[in-house]
Parts: sequence; C-alpha cells; structure tokens
Amino acid sequence: MSFLNNLLFGYYPYIAGTVFLLGSIVRFDMSQYTWKTNSSQLFDSSRRFRIGNILFHVGIILLFFGHLVGLLMPHWMYPWFGLTPGSKQVMAMTAGGIFGTLALVGGWILIQRRLTNERVRANSSRMDTFIILLLYVQLVLGMLTIPVSATHLDGGTMLELADWAQHIVTFRPGAAEYIADVSLVFKLHLFLGLTTFLVFPFTRLVHIWSAPVWYLGRSYQLVRQRQG
Amino acid sequence: MRVRAQIGKVLNLDKCIGCHTCSVTCKNVWTSREGMEYAWFNNVETKPGIGYPKDWENQDRWRGGWQRTGRGDRAGIRPRIGGKWRVLANVFANPDLPEIDDYYEPFNFDYQRLHNAPESKAQPTAKPYSAITGKPMDKIEWGPNWEEILGGEFEKRSQDYNFQNVQKEIYGQFENTFMMYLPRLCEHCLNPTCVASCPSGAIYKREEDGIVLIDQDKCRGWRMCISGCPYKKIYYNWQSGKSEKCTFCYPRIEAGQPTVCSETCVGRIRYLGVMLYDADAIEEAASTASEQDLYEAQLRVFLDPNDPEVIAQARRDGVPDSWLEAAKVSPVYRMAMEWKVAFPLHPEYRTLPMVWYVPPLSPISAAADAGHVGLDGLIPDVESLRIPLTYLANMLTAGDERPVASALRRMLAMRLYRRRQTVDGVTDRELLEQVGLSEAAMEEMYQVMAIANYEDRFVIPTNHRELSTDDPWGERSGCGFSFGDGCHTQGVTRPNLFGAKNPRKRAFPNREDLLARARKVS
Repeated sequence: MSFLNNLLFGYYPYIAGTVFLLGSIVRFDMSQYTWKTNSSQLFDSSRRFRIGNILFHVGIILLFFGHLVGLLMPHWMYPWFGLTPGSKQVMAMTAGGIFGTLALVGGWILIQRRLTNERVRANSSRMDTFIILLLYVQLVLGMLTIPVSATHLDGGTMLELADWAQHIVTFRPGAAEYIADVSLVFKLHLFLGLTTFLVFPFTRLVHIWSAPVWYLGRSYQLVRQRQG
Repeated sequence: MRVRAQIGKVLNLDKCIGCHTCSVTCKNVWTSREGMEYAWFNNVETKPGIGYPKDWENQDRWRGGWQRTGRGDRAGIRPRIGGKWRVLANVFANPDLPEIDDYYEPFNFDYQRLHNAPESKAQPTAKPYSAITGKPMDKIEWGPNWEEILGGEFEKRSQDYNFQNVQKEIYGQFENTFMMYLPRLCEHCLNPTCVASCPSGAIYKREEDGIVLIDQDKCRGWRMCISGCPYKKIYYNWQSGKSEKCTFCYPRIEAGQPTVCSETCVGRIRYLGVMLYDADAIEEAASTASEQDLYEAQLRVFLDPNDPEVIAQARRDGVPDSWLEAAKVSPVYRMAMEWKVAFPLHPEYRTLPMVWYVPPLSPISAAADAGHVGLDGLIPDVESLRIPLTYLANMLTAGDERPVASALRRMLAMRLYRRRQTVDGVTDRELLEQVGLSEAAMEEMYQVMAIANYEDRFVIPTNHRELSTDDPWGERSGCGFSFGDGCHTQGVTRPNLFGAKNPRKRAFPNREDLLARARKVS
C-alpha cells in the first residue's frame, strides 16, 4: 500500500507536472493553430448556456486560486492573516463550498448541453466530452471532501495536505508520507487533480495559459509593419 | 502627418446586376472548407432587406462599431460592445454573438440520390443535409442572399435599418416598390473595431497596404471580434475554432492583381486603387461629434497624391515610389475625392471603412412617369427616382442627403451629357456647370465609370516583397499560404496528439442511413 501511495503521490505528481509543462510548450511551439478555446457558442448561445458557462468558469477560477493559495501558503504565514489551522479550514470549506456549488451548477448545464445539443455534440471531439466529465467528477469529489472535513475541524488534515503540496513543489522527499492516512476521498481528489494536469496539454484546457489579461494594457489599434 | 497607403475599393452599385459571381468565386477560393461553409467573405444582398446575418445593420441589437463617450475635452470613442474590462468580462459568454441560425445552417444537397434512387412513383429529390450534424434538414431557413430580388414579405424586409425616417408603408405596394443590390465584404477599415476588440491581439492592419488580417496562430477564439465588427464580416470557423475574415486576396494584391471578387465581376463594378491617408488624423476623425459629419471627416483623412508636401512626407514614411505614382491615377481617389460620387458604407459606425459605394440610380417613379417629371435644371429631379434618397443616405452618409443627391445628379448628368454628345452632337456646357464638373473631369468620369476598362478599374502597384524579408532566398520552396499548422494542410486540421478533431468522423451524406433507406424501398 505504501508503494502505491508513494507511486501516486510521490512520483506521479512529477510525471504529470512534466507532461503538463513540456506538453504545453511543445504544443504551443509546434501546433499553435490548435491552441484555442474551441468555443461552441456559435451553435448555441442560449441564456441557459451563457449563465452556465459563466458560473462554471467563475467557480473554477476561484477554486483554482483558492487551492493555489490554500495549499501553498506556508503554515507560519497563517497568523499574519489572523488564522489558525482550524479557522482556515472552516474558511476553505465555506469558500470551496460556495465556489464549488457555482461550478457544479454551471458544469451540469454545460455537460447536458454537450451531450444533448445535436450541433454541439456533433462537433465535439472525444477529448472535449472527456475533459468536461473529468472536471465534473473532480468537482463532485471536491464537494464530497466537505462533509468528511466536517468530522474533524481542527485543521490537521488540511495541514497534511498542504505539507504534501509544499513538499512536492519544493522537491523535498517524503511528500507522499504526509497524506498516507488521509481519507480516500481526498486521495481520489488528488489523483484526479494530478491527472487533469497530465492531460491538460492534449485538451482545450490550454486556453487557460492564454487568459488575455494583456488586452487591458494594449492600445486599441494594432498595425504590423513589414518584417524587416 | 504620418503618411500611409492603402488599397481602397469602390463598388459602383449603379451597375451591379446581382449575379453573385463575386460571392461564388470568393467562396470557391477561400471558404469552401469544413467550418466555413456558412461564411461568405463576400455576399450580395438585395435591399431593402435585413440581410445576412439577420439584421446586421441594427447595432442596438448587435452592438458593433464604435460609440462616442464623454463630453468636451474628455470625449472619445470606445467599442460599442464595451470598454476593455467589459470585453474581458464577457469572454466566457459573449452576450452579443450571432448564432449559426442568424446566418444559416450550412447544408449540402444529396445529389447522388438523383442517381441511385430506386424506381418510384414520385421523382427523387436531392434533400439538404446539415453540414454540422450530417442529418437531413426539413427546411432551409436563411442564407447569404435570402431576400434575393425582394423575396419574402415586405413586413419582414421593412425591418431594414435604412428605413429610418422613411414613410416605408407605400414601398410595400407593387407599384411603388424598389430594390437594389448591395455586395458586401470586409471594409478593411482605418479604425477597425475588430482589431480593437480582439483580446489576444491577433487581428492587425498591415502598414504597407492597409489590409486587415487575423493571425491564425494567435487567434484563441474569444469571439469578441465577431461582435465588434459592425458589418458582421468576421466569421467563426467552427471546425478550427478560429475567426476568419476576408483577406482582400492579399497574395494577389501583393502581386499587383485585383482581388478575386473584383477580377471576376462581370458587371465591372469594382475598382481598386491606392489611397494615401494621414494615420495621425484617424482618431480625431473617428471621434467626430456628429454622425453626419463622419463622411466629411473621413475625406479629410485622405491625402492629395499630387501635393508635393504629401509626396515628400510619404517618401520619408517609407511609401514606395511606385505606390505614389499609382495613387495619382487611383480610380478610388477620383470617385471618392474628386468627383465625390462614392461613399463609405455606414460611416456612423465610426470605423472609417475603406470599401466605398457609388449609389445606384433608379427608374423615374410612376408618378413622374405620368407626365410630371420634376426637373432640376436640365436633369431629372433626384427626388423622383424610385429609390428614396433618404434610404440611400441612411446607408451611405448617416442620413445626410446632400452628398448623395449631388452624386446622383452628377451621374444623371453624365448620361445626359453623353446622350447630347452622341445623339445631338453637342457638348452641353450648361449641364457641366450645373453639376460643377469640368469637361475633362466629365470625360474621365465617363471613361472610368461607364466604359470601365480593366486598367482604369484596377491600378494596383506590386507589394515590393523584397522589402518585407531580408532573406527571400530562404523562403524559396516554402509552403506559401497555409493555415499555420504546417505545409500539409488543406484547411482542415488533421488529428494529432494534441486532440484536434478528426474531420472524417462525420461523413456526408449519412451513407448508411441512405443505403438502409434505399434497401427498405426496394
């Protein structure tokens, strides 16, 4: 069991991370024509879709940054924000619960549309359908961790998970041991999360890299000169 | 003053016969690929009508073009879809995006059925099959020329945006009806909203010839350009997930050849020529307070190619001499600036479009025919023309009738002048005076607009590609025009490791279905 634990949470993160980074770079370099949001709004721009898509994206983005900060913030920083592990856990559960609900509602609308709208379905690649289902299962697993967390509000499990993540990203050995004893639902959630990174470069998710924030700083008109 | 040159275009609507040759040749060259079947870089609409996509001129609905904001010193313009923050806030779900049904569901007819249908009492038909789902379609609902020759009821066509301030009811009556053709393509604007609304910065204007292009590698499919463009001439390729638009046939323009639509125009209505403009004057012109002043404001952006000061500055700004020479004999400059017979399409969108239109003459209306033709000096009164002046002005000058009336008067005078010359053998100077043209100008106008020889219509200097690369040798045997995914492409992205869709997954027509049906019948 400890072999499997170490394989999935000690080595797999690096495999997934390498494929994520290298795959993204290779695709960007070699096949930028395929680098896109792959929007299907042209086929169905109904109010239902627009609401669903906004809920899903807003939910996911907030969840992502919540995880990023929550997992990677060193423990000694907690007091700076007046937090104890216990109160931070409650905050994470509340925020995660709210954002997760947004994404769950939106995601449900999107899945339904992808599977039942004739035009959208006909123009979906297998990967398009796979990735939305993967994200949805991941969302459900994430939500299922909330009742599990509610049984131990001391923040202990949260610290273990944060320790694991921090050891992984700082290349310190023994990361997997921190989460050897956490509940299965956390492990499934972690595994699927890592898998999302693994498949990332092969899906439409690559558009996340291209979030067009630079637009805010550029001038309206663009004129290209002859390349000299 | 910063001088730049652009290949501009004029379409003489007076001579358009609505044959759609431009649309078809353009489609065959550029958009006969999966994902682009519904897109027509060039289409010809019959006006009055709501057009393609539906109601495209109504910016209260689609929010294309620019909007003037603020007052006094703080006045400026921003895209009607919103400022930068609002554009970004809408990338998840663009509220101003037309759906495929606003264009039409692309289809293919199953012609094979006419060959292989089993014997039956009724004639076999070639059913339309959706190019999106591959399924048979009951009914085709819309298209790029759906209101062809006043097709459909007047009630719907009268929703045409250009009917503003026109008592339109009488034009629904058979005796008073009117029509005209409007071929439409990308305007290659001086102040394009598509460029301004692209979050990725993938759309750009070329400095050397003004052509507006989408970098297919950099486009990410955020779809804001489609809303930004008030002419709805940017199309989302649903196969590639990228936006595409009219390229002004830039590979041909670079070689000094006219665009495909211009080359193949059987009515010889299309003109291409160099326009010099002051890049520093664009913003001010586009921000002009009154919409009706925008036409005049754009004229002021254009520069006189014979002015030595302009020529000197143009040289300093790197405009090649061959372009300066071409600018002096540009048919576009003559029609737009010298004779003032060509106008921008909907200047009120504030994009400063560069494809201009000569308004069409139309038959003298029935009332006038009955014996009381209103005469305006020697020429028929333009008010008695069948197409209402207000309608044309709404389309070409934001409702200001005077410039359009003057252009129509000059065109009527040109006919009368030539008639007097060939039938009566006299040169009617009074006529020239009335419309304010010299004899030489009138003769030239006749040559360019009526005779319209090839070399008068198309004055296109080559692009001097030698200036664009320092290593032309390195580009030999390259793949030339491609879709940015290597040299192999045919416009359809091949499936690869990175999950592009397999275009062969959806065969057309649905053969198994058809075969099963055929077996059942036999």
